[in-house]
Formats: sequence, C-alpha cells, structure tokens
Amino acid sequence: MTARYQVARAAGATAAGLSRLAGRGTGTQIGGRVILAIDPTAMARAAGGRELALVSGTNGKTTTRTLLVAALETVEPVVSNAGGANLPAGLTAALTADTTSRLGVLEVDEPFLPRVVEAVEPRVVVLLNLSRDQLDRYAEVRRLAGIWHDALTGPHALAVVANADDPLVVWAASAAKNVVWVAAGQGWTFDSTSCPACGDILTRDGRRGWRSNGCGLTRPTPDWSVTDRTVTAPDGSSYDVELAIPGAVNVGNAALAAAAAAHWGVAPGAAFAAMARIPSVEGRYLETSFAGRPLRLLLAKNPAGWVEALAMSRPDAPVVVSVNARAADGRDPSWLWDVPFEVLRGRHAVASGERSRDVAVRLRYAGVDHVRVDDPADALRAAHGSGPVEVLANYTAFQTFRRVVGDG
Amino acid sequence: MADPVRIVLVFPALLGTYGDGGNASVLAQRLRWRGIDAETIDVGVDDALPGEADIYVLGGGEDTAQTLAVSRLADGTLRRAADAGKQVFAVCAGFQILGETFLDGHGEVHAGLGLIDCRTDRLPGSRAVGELLGDPAVDGIAGPLTGYENHGGRTLLGPAAQPLALVRAGIGNGDGGDGAVQGSVVATYLHGPALARNPALADWLLTRVVGTLAPIDDTEESELRRERLAFVRHGRSRRWRRQWKPPARDS
Repeated sequence: MTARYQVARAAGATAAGLSRLAGRGTGTQIGGRVILAIDPTAMARAAGGRELALVSGTNGKTTTRTLLVAALETVEPVVSNAGGANLPAGLTAALTADTTSRLGVLEVDEPFLPRVVEAVEPRVVVLLNLSRDQLDRYAEVRRLAGIWHDALTGPHALAVVANADDPLVVWAASAAKNVVWVAAGQGWTFDSTSCPACGDILTRDGRRGWRSNGCGLTRPTPDWSVTDRTVTAPDGSSYDVELAIPGAVNVGNAALAAAAAAHWGVAPGAAFAAMARIPSVEGRYLETSFAGRPLRLLLAKNPAGWVEALAMSRPDAPVVVSVNARAADGRDPSWLWDVPFEVLRGRHAVASGERSRDVAVRLRYAGVDHVRVDDPADALRAAHGSGPVEVLANYTAFQTFRRVVGDG
Repeated sequence: MADPVRIVLVFPALLGTYGDGGNASVLAQRLRWRGIDAETIDVGVDDALPGEADIYVLGGGEDTAQTLAVSRLADGTLRRAADAGKQVFAVCAGFQILGETFLDGHGEVHAGLGLIDCRTDRLPGSRAVGELLGDPAVDGIAGPLTGYENHGGRTLLGPAAQPLALVRAGIGNGDGGDGAVQGSVVATYLHGPALARNPALADWLLTRVVGTLAPIDDTEESELRRERLAFVRHGRSRRWRRQWKPPARDS
C-alpha cells in the first residue's frame, strides 16, 4: 500500500465525514472524489486482491446487485456500493470503506463500464439490458453497446453473464471469450429494431427468437432458461422462484444473479432462497403508508422501466405519476410519449413532480382521468378512494417520495 | 359519416426514439375531441407504407435506423403522397432524410428522399442539446414554438424551402432558422413532442386537411408552455444564457 493511497483514503474519509456533518447526504460521492483526486489509481488499489462481480445495464442494476449480494453472502461477507453510487467515485468510496471483504458486487453506470473493468479486473461481469435512457447524455443506445463491445474485446480472464434476449447485450457480450447466456427476457424491443452489429433489420419470431437479416447475429442458446417463474440451470435442474419483490422482470434478474453466483460455487437453490427474502430494494417495491393510506413505491426511469412498472401496479389502484427532469433523470421528458399510459384508463391518476405539467398533458391525450398536484404529500392525499396507492416515479422524484414516506 | 382522417406513423420502430410518435396521437385526439373521426396507423418496418392517407408523421431516430428508414421509403410512396398534397410532418432524423442529402452513421453523405430542398451535414462543435424556442416564420401559427432539440446535424435550406421558425434560443437548423416548410411538407428539430408542446402547430396542420377547426380547451398545454417559456427566458442554465438572442423582429 503506497503512502499516496493511504493519504488519499484518510482524506476521503475526512471529506465524507464533514459532508455528513454538514447534512449533505452520506458523503459517499465527495469522499470518493477526494480519494481519486489524490490517487487516480485508488479504485484499482482498493479492488486489489478481491474477487469482484460488476453489474451494468439500463434497468435493474440496483435490484440485481442486491439479489447477487444476498446469494454471495450465503458464502462470506460482500462489499457493495449501495445508494445508487455507481460512478467511479462511488465505487472507490465503497471499496475503501470496507477493507476486509474478499468478495464484492458493484453496480456500474453503463458508460463507465470500460473504465471500471480495466481498473478492478472483475471475475464476473453481468450485463442486463440496454434501452433508451437519458438521451441528452448518451445520444444513442447503440453507442453504449459499442463501448461495451470494445471493453470486452481482448485477453480478459473475466466471465460475462449476459441476457440472451437483448440483441444489444448479445452483440456487446459476444466480444468476450467466456459468456454464460441467460434468457432473462426483453419487454422493450423498440431500441433493437436494427442489428447492432450490421445495421440491417432484426427479424423476430414472435416468441423470443431473433436474427439479423444482414450479418446473421442471432439469439444464442441460453445456458439458463426462464419460463414464467421457473428457472432452469445448465445442469437441467429447475427452480420455482418466488420472490417477495414483484415483477416477471425480476425473475430474469434473479436468474442472472444466480448464474453469476454459480461462479463462486453457490448452488441455485441456496441463491434463490436468499433472494426470496428481500422485501424491497432501496425503496423500490416498498410497501408502506402515508397519513394512514397504504401505498407502494415503484421506480421507473425510462420507457422500458415504465412498461415494467405499469405491469407491476395493481390493476384497480389509483396511481401517482411523478416525473422530474434533473441531470440524473435526463433533461428531456419527451419519453413520456413512448410509455403506454393509455393502460391507466379507468383508473385515477395524479400528475406530480417538477415536470407535472408534461405528465398532465400526456395523461390528457391518453384519456386518463387525472389531477395535477406538484407537492408530493398533497399528491398522495389527492388520489381517489381509500385503498392502496401506487406511486410510480422516475429517479430523483422517487428519492423525494422516499423521504416523504420516511424511507431513507 | 365521412371517412376518418387517416394519420400514418411512419416506421415508429426506426423513427421513434424521442417520443415523436406522440405527434400522431395528438393529431388524432384533437380531431376526435372536435367530433371528427380519426384513425392512426403504425407502419411496421416490414410493412408497406399506405399510399392513401391524409397525414404522414415521421420522428427522430438513431443513425443506423435513419439509413434503414430511407431505404424503406425509397419506393416513392411518400413522395407521391406529398406531391398529391398530403400533409407530411417530420422531426429531427425524419426531417433530415426528407432532404437532398444527410450524413449516415459513418459520416458518409447519403442521398435523402428529396421532398425538402435542404442538405444536412454536421454542426460545428458539439451536438445541439437543450430547449429550443422560435417564432413561427409562416402565417397562421400562434407562437412561439417550444420544444427540446437533440441532434448533431446542421441543415441548410435551399431556395424552395422556408424555415418553420426563427430561432430565439437554442440551435435549430444551425443557420438561425428551425425546420422547413415546402408545400405540404413541414419539418422541425423540436421534440417534446412538438405537437404536444405546440397545439397551435397541430391545429395549423389539421386545418390544412379538414379546414377550419372549432376551439378546444388547452388549459393544460398552456400551463406547460408557460412553464417551459419561463424556463428558457429566465436562462436557468448557462447554455441558454450563452445562446440567448434577442427576439426576432418583423422587418
């Protein structure tokens, strides 16, 4: 351990502590930034000697990381980056804060995956899905797949666990030598109409199969398959996965986590049993109440995520739809028009968040009965009826609702 | 009862990255709210473009999808519809492919469909990303026009096309204007979608199809517009302060 790295760690801990004292959050980000400013190699040093799994993708990073941590903790303690701190500073802070755990699971913001792979030399990289998100930052989804493809090309010893149903992920992962394919599903296909490799049309067979008309890139045969709630492992053993958290999409995420955990010898049955006990993930899927009214929090950041969240929501419950457009959300909420809010017809909706006016106009054209209430507490009170309310919110709006209901 | 107004959404799987499919929904609903029957038709990438429709709507898309879309449209169906006076409303990548030339994903010059007298190359410097505000440059549209732009292309109009708007804040075409109007073809860089943020533009397009329209209550759209215009005018980001231009004046 170099003197520079030791000084960096001490300074980072001091900065994080001061930030906490000043009431400015957990201090994770500022601490990590201080460490990296003093020692740019700190992420690699902090990762040294550990066996790490990285998790990346547009949707499901935090949930899949949490599921994988639960599976690996059946073996030994695991270091991980909670609280959405998935940029290099957050990863560095998490790794320096825990010097003893030999195993680690880190979720990584998509464009930073190459830099993190190079620095921490992970044993396993889990690739979930890619779809449109924060287009003001990334401009194009396909470009992200290209960045991943380049990062995984070369003589890496790492194993990739990848979603066989997402053509963008398959093309990126196919650059790696050692890939375990998991049929984790793809609910949103509108960003993979054309082949990521050659640009020609992708033909789908109406089930899960797809093939490029140009270069022949095709869905790989999955090593792990998923049918409804049943996951079948490579040895042919099958598991009924009954998670406490909702959503068919999370059975796919659990299968990806189990496939990753298998690299450390965790048996699928033990892995799924550990995952089943997780009630919520950093506020996602949290069932709680506000002023005596039961409610559930669902996070949705982009069209693919909104489609999943709308499918998870109880069919008759009123809905609060809360949307912000800060930097972390993407500055342009045009994507509201990619989401089929028409499915909410017949239910009562409350448009909320800093972009409540965009939501209200969208709901008007979707034919959904709604009111607009900016304040989150008032929005919860405005939902019709007395039964459970479903709160669907994008990233920073979701954090606001967690605070309002006293979670985090 | 009259036949429904047919609104065709052109290849939303290729030209639908920025929510622009909403433009077709807005057009159809604004007709229905006035008691006029409307039908929207989403055209899949393997399907033929219907020749007999009233309005064709094209949206933004990624580079490879844009090139694929232009190859699918090269059969001349859209050109014949435009020549027959059918309305075409195109946004961003959809706008670029209607021109004479545009740049494909490799930066190569690619032939467009030639419905608009314009050529698209690259903006100098970085992409144009942010709120876009302009005053309508054609009669009959209550302005200003507001939306969000996200593109790397610069589009220079030839003499047969005129801009849809004169830019007050943001980049637009890159020459002080935004979009194009040429006969029955109308184009813009505005997302939002454009017709949700600008109901006056939606009604102007519809008037060209069905004639005079009864007024409807646009309170919620007006609230959204007020908020967005205030956001740009107050220059709440460095970008808008830097690119602020005085309002265009009538000469």
